[in-house]
Amino acid sequence: MIINHPLLGPRDANEFVHLGDESLIDRPDGMADDAANKFHNYMYLRDNPAGKYRELWYHDAGDRSWLVVTRDTLTHEIFDVELARDVARARGRSK
Amino acid sequence: MRYSALSILKQGLTGNKSWKPVWREPEPKKSYDYIIVGGGGHGLATAHYLAKIFGGKNIAVLEKGWIGSGNIGRNTTIVRSNYVLDGNQPFYEMSVKLWEGLEQDLNYNAMMSQRGILNLAHSDGQRDAYARRGNAMLMSGADAELLDRDAIQKMCPFLKFDNERFPIKAGLLQRRAGTARHDAVAWGYARSADMHGVDIIQNCEVTGFQMKNGKCIGVQTNRGPIKAKKTAVCVAGSSSRVMEKAGMRLPIESHVLQAFVSEGLKPTIPGVITYGAGHFYISQSDKGGLVFGGDLDGYNSYAQRGNLPVVEDVCAGGMSIMPMIGRARLLRMWGGVMDMSMDGSPFIDKTGIGGLYFNGGWCYGGFKATPASGYCYAHLLATDTPHENASQMRLDRFMRGNMIDEKGAGAQPNLH
Repeated sequence: MIINHPLLGPRDANEFVHLGDESLIDRPDGMADDAANKFHNYMYLRDNPAGKYRELWYHDAGDRSWLVVTRDTLTHEIFDVELARDVARARGRSK
Repeated sequence: MRYSALSILKQGLTGNKSWKPVWREPEPKKSYDYIIVGGGGHGLATAHYLAKIFGGKNIAVLEKGWIGSGNIGRNTTIVRSNYVLDGNQPFYEMSVKLWEGLEQDLNYNAMMSQRGILNLAHSDGQRDAYARRGNAMLMSGADAELLDRDAIQKMCPFLKFDNERFPIKAGLLQRRAGTARHDAVAWGYARSADMHGVDIIQNCEVTGFQMKNGKCIGVQTNRGPIKAKKTAVCVAGSSSRVMEKAGMRLPIESHVLQAFVSEGLKPTIPGVITYGAGHFYISQSDKGGLVFGGDLDGYNSYAQRGNLPVVEDVCAGGMSIMPMIGRARLLRMWGGVMDMSMDGSPFIDKTGIGGLYFNGGWCYGGFKATPASGYCYAHLLATDTPHENASQMRLDRFMRGNMIDEKGAGAQPNLH
């Protein structure tokens, strides 16, 4: 697979490490009343779709950036690559 | 028809004319007591034990393709019980004991061959860890021997003992481990289940669950609705896809694992050998092909095929531990879709939905577990209580903090 890095251009997927579902960006509020339940769902449960999947990849052997890759789990085709930073900021995260 | 030397002789002398199909092709009935979703190794084993041991009646196995078309036919056929943790090891040792009597139980030749598994250690720390593992195995009633370098040299002179970075220091040997013929396991269980009256219905895909008052009362299929008192899902590799239809999210990701076979060679590898420092394990099939594999590709996939970096990684691992295989040509490679759970261990459990049961999350250890998985799942279905050897394989163990994390890798499925 070739991942088209937004800053570096097309790179071999071998340079990256796969973390998992993009929803891992959205860490729950640890002070919420049902935090235990929320963290269980966040840590351990997955949608695991067959088809389009938004997932986090880390450019371990490159610029160490985190990416959100939209990929088809049935064909391995990659549709879109964004910086995870931009995705988080678009959701109103300040850092 | 019971198979025996006499029946083969009789058929041989009469032109092999009266062999019969090994299982029936029944039409689905309107309702069953038990529906098992998934006609793979585990589903067929469940049907066999449910009918034969637990006296279950009126059972159907629904399979969307043909039986044995999933991971039971796409693995590297290794049988072993060399785990550490309480939640796992007694279960896998139960499985090896069932493997030992499988062919007599099924009256079917599954080509079970106890040729042993040797895990190589490449540092003092790893040898200590294997000593501990061996003790855990012995305590569960399994066999284990810690071999020193000389003993391994006698057994496998072809290994690269003086690898500069990963010299071979010791090995953990389980002699009762081995390999079996994967397709024959599915066929043997199917034949036995069929002889005990189980309807094996192929080309019957479950498209949804029938729910009433929060309970599961049957399934929708591409061949019409079928009612069931108990519905048992057993579709590792596709668990998330099927359970989503019941509104459940699982602690599972689907990953692809690749395996490889070389051209046929004369007997050279004595049993199963695993490299302790790289991603590589190998055995030799009865036909002579070297059967080997390594780690997951590392990303979610339902594609049943992987990518080239892992091919290179696995072959490099092979070259560093047994350089002699460099001359063998690769014949075939393929990928299977694994239910990777969040702690690397499986599930055999009730769901939160009445009448609906779940078996999955086998990671890449599903084949060896086939008999015990079927037995324990049948126990759960028949008695509504977990078998003692599967009592920790629960869906809610993450909420309770009771993970069965053999590797200690945490909630990171691609590392298990």
